[in-house]
Amino acid sequence: MPLGLIGHGLRAGRRPRRALPPEARLRPRYDVAIIGAGGHGLAAAYYLARDHGITDVAVLDKGWLGGGNTARNTTIVRSNYLTPEGVRFYDESIRLFRGLSGELDFNILYSERGHLTLAHTDAALRTMRWRAEVNKHLGVESEMVGLDELARLCPPLNLDRGARFPILGALHHKPGAIARHDAVAWGYAIAAARRGVEIHQNTEVTGILTEKGRVTGVETSRGRIACGKVLQAVAGSSSLLAAMAGFRLPIQTVPLQACVTEPLKPFLDPIVVSGSLHVYVSQSARGELVMGGPTDPYALYSQRSTLEWKEGLAAPMLALFPFLAEVRVLRQWAGLADMTPDFSPIMGLTPVQNYYIDAGWGTWGFKATPVCGKRMAETVATGKPPSPIAPFDLGRFAAFRQLGERGAASVGH
Amino acid sequence: MKILHCPLNGPRNISEFVCGGEVVEMPEAGAATDGEWADYVFGHENARGAVREWWFHVPTAYWFIAERDTGTDEILRTYPASEVFGRRPP
Repeated sequence: MPLGLIGHGLRAGRRPRRALPPEARLRPRYDVAIIGAGGHGLAAAYYLARDHGITDVAVLDKGWLGGGNTARNTTIVRSNYLTPEGVRFYDESIRLFRGLSGELDFNILYSERGHLTLAHTDAALRTMRWRAEVNKHLGVESEMVGLDELARLCPPLNLDRGARFPILGALHHKPGAIARHDAVAWGYAIAAARRGVEIHQNTEVTGILTEKGRVTGVETSRGRIACGKVLQAVAGSSSLLAAMAGFRLPIQTVPLQACVTEPLKPFLDPIVVSGSLHVYVSQSARGELVMGGPTDPYALYSQRSTLEWKEGLAAPMLALFPFLAEVRVLRQWAGLADMTPDFSPIMGLTPVQNYYIDAGWGTWGFKATPVCGKRMAETVATGKPPSPIAPFDLGRFAAFRQLGERGAASVGH
Repeated sequence: MKILHCPLNGPRNISEFVCGGEVVEMPEAGAATDGEWADYVFGHENARGAVREWWFHVPTAYWFIAERDTGTDEILRTYPASEVFGRRPP
């Protein structure tokens, strides 16, 4: 058998396929430059090619493909938001996610687990009823569940009435899912490259060239590129890039830390979130518990991990699942979250003509990868943001029509 | 534990403090355009590197100014707000 396996591996035509074509030379001109080869940027490149026939596209990244916040989130997908605009937007994302493995011919390990947001206070119950009603009104499956149903949905959960913060009920969002984040980025990258999009890693954008208020190109660490249109999709560094283009954003960059434990046998089917205790957890396909909590308390561009955060996570996590006390943490990391004042993203036009923005993804970016890519591609192709993302424009702050989603953030930040 | 030197209380755990955001000049409310006012309310420089911010020591309700590096997470300097706002504008 082992010899047969080696023979099988060596036979011509059985060699692993190269996922991406070898990196091409950077050309002096492209129709569209996308800054940031994360999930969002690559998805936009893919839909530009698929839906709009625009393939003269360069996706530029200062690091490597999917190596920024795409690799640093906790991969939760859900649509149980609070504002009708938000619910509709994220619901479209879920519908795209469901068909994505087939569409890209790349398994993104999309796994619908159900999403439980626990309430420990009457105020939390009230907000959840509100969310459930908004969701149901828009055709999204969300409902309040009591303790009996909760015990059935998540047997390991500590429902002891004598706990310091006893659980009173939960918002159950059946479509809640997790997916493999790297696979989402790579799936889009491969599918986009197959349609002619060029992906240039290790190519840092160092300047934005404009003429009479219109973007004409970008300066990179590998030379100057002229381009008709530019899309910035660089979560975490959005303000720095916008400053190069000459405008300011209502964003503060704050680290969001997360960690995973050693792998355990599958025991936790749903994704469990406690907004009051500021923690959330899900079990990945390989058995690790992926755990997250609040963002850091002040703005920072450093991706360091802190002991304080881990301690702050462990105590409430043990209140929910006391038997985890003996489980070891395997890895801890931080991503850079673009926090907006209303906890909603910023998508659409900017003060610079033909320069489009996809930013403000705080702690909710991964779940929007397909829909944001699709709708931003439409924006870049037509020059006009389509109705599902129109309310998320940069101009909403000056017009005082914010989209308050703080009440639907997974944990209080 | 990260330590912040409070000008009033000396070295304290940073968890005792709240960051109040960048020190910026408030535009003249009557003269500013809506755009300028919105930018003052919502906009941030959000720089990577040395920044100057308002910080608040919660237990003693004391506001002061801290300079820190948002790239390296180093506190560069802290001082009373009177150092900057000691004199009324003419």
